[in-house]
Amino acid sequence: MSREDVLAVLNDNARYSTEDIARQLDMEPAAVQSTIDELEEAGVIKGYKAVIDRSKLEEEPVRAAVELNVTLDRETSYDDISSRLAQFPMVQSLHLVSGDFDFMMQVEGDSMREVSQFISNKVAPVPEITQTVTHYVMDAYKEQGITFGDGHDDDRLSISP
Amino acid sequence: MKPADRVERVPPSGIRRFFELAEEMDDIISLGVGEPDFAAPWAARDAAIASLEQGKTSYTANRGRRDLREAIAEDVNKRYDLSYNPDNEIVVTAGASEAIDLAFRALVNPGDTVAVAQPCYVSYVPGVIFADGEVCSVPTRKEDEFKLTPEVLEANGAAEAELLVMCYPNNPTGATMTRDELQAVADFAIEHDLTVLSDEIYSELSYEHEHTSIATLPGMRERTVVFNGFSKAYAMTGLRLGYVLAPPEVSQAINRIHQYTMLSAPTTAQFAALEALESCDGEVADMREEYNRRRNLVLSRFAEMGIECFRAKGAFYAFPECPWDDAEAFAEALLEETGVAVVPGDAFGEGGQGHLRVSYATGFEELETALDRIESFIE
Repeated sequence: MSREDVLAVLNDNARYSTEDIARQLDMEPAAVQSTIDELEEAGVIKGYKAVIDRSKLEEEPVRAAVELNVTLDRETSYDDISSRLAQFPMVQSLHLVSGDFDFMMQVEGDSMREVSQFISNKVAPVPEITQTVTHYVMDAYKEQGITFGDGHDDDRLSISP
Repeated sequence: MKPADRVERVPPSGIRRFFELAEEMDDIISLGVGEPDFAAPWAARDAAIASLEQGKTSYTANRGRRDLREAIAEDVNKRYDLSYNPDNEIVVTAGASEAIDLAFRALVNPGDTVAVAQPCYVSYVPGVIFADGEVCSVPTRKEDEFKLTPEVLEANGAAEAELLVMCYPNNPTGATMTRDELQAVADFAIEHDLTVLSDEIYSELSYEHEHTSIATLPGMRERTVVFNGFSKAYAMTGLRLGYVLAPPEVSQAINRIHQYTMLSAPTTAQFAALEALESCDGEVADMREEYNRRRNLVLSRFAEMGIECFRAKGAFYAFPECPWDDAEAFAEALLEETGVAVVPGDAFGEGGQGHLRVSYATGFEELETALDRIESFIE
């Protein structure tokens, strides 16, 4: 149970200190630390990253969602294709999905040209990939559960019964 | 013109002065707010918008829409084992506050005595006075963790009263009562033939044990009026929607006043409430989870600071002992020097003196900053 609780708090804000998580969950800090250690060792927690509104950066990277269709044969599985693609640093996420295509891939680069070249030079030539459809991201409204924009003003009365 | 005597008899709100002080200052962090910091679940807001688009802007039945009353009956049955007939035992009101006022007017004869468990929500005492009743204050005690006991009822003369009004989980203390503890109050009520008005608006915010409605105890249904609503559980305070559960003859009396004063509760809010009951349990659970984490944070930090505070198990309030003897002076100094607002316990009636109501209906970051400031202030 404490695993789920600790994960829930970290998923809300991974920068809470161990002491703070302990206070929120009414646990001992040492127990929180060992739970986190276990989660990391077991590979449940893969890492900690900031959620960034890239439009606020001076140089906004270019991102694209890429649909990939593949054909498999006796020697090649989805895992083979995915491990080949996932190794490229420009690939931010890669999911096998149901529906009209097989993989949904998120790519990030410095320019549209860089992303396009990556798709045409590195992705499209993979023999099993039969089709790519690239959607450039035009605007971001919400990522990892966090809504972008100016947020919600607290317009409650400062004191109320 | 001169206001009527019954208005003059109501003392000015103790919260008002504090509100004015706080309003004069910029950038305060308020732990003095008695409402959720969340917005109502989107599905509920969306249903309200859709109802407006469809032109659902007429009155509803006096008691509220039939489908909403059915949904309420089903919900209170599922959650609290309360069984009420949507046709003649449920009235939907403009917030639980309206329901409380209606119940006083429906049940209190001039000169009747109403025992009020205190400290409590600020409306009960004025409500009794507006209904020309007499208030019998029943201050609960710190050593009982502000639970209502037969001993304090007896000691303060509640045996002679006609009615008893109580609220658990409690505003302002965060106290809750278990089934066994409520049984002792129920026994007292039955022995002394008291009608019980039970404000259960915080029923969804009980963190360490299941909420029990006193109306479910043997012999209590026929002498209990239960208030609840959507404000706290569904973060819908501004939509003004509550309800009152009572046996048919009392429900009818309440509805008679309601039909001539309010006519019907806000229609748009009724659509939001119906959707809330149908699809927003997940959001309620998430909010409860978050309040609980904040509660743990606040209680741990107070313990680390050496501030005495009992383990409040409900609502979204902690009720620590004030580090100074004069809670009002402390709250004022805290506000002026650190910009953190809390409410002195006296504002909620007898039994609250020497304490502070600290609301944790505030985001984590602000809550942490406020606690840091309180810590350096008392050092």
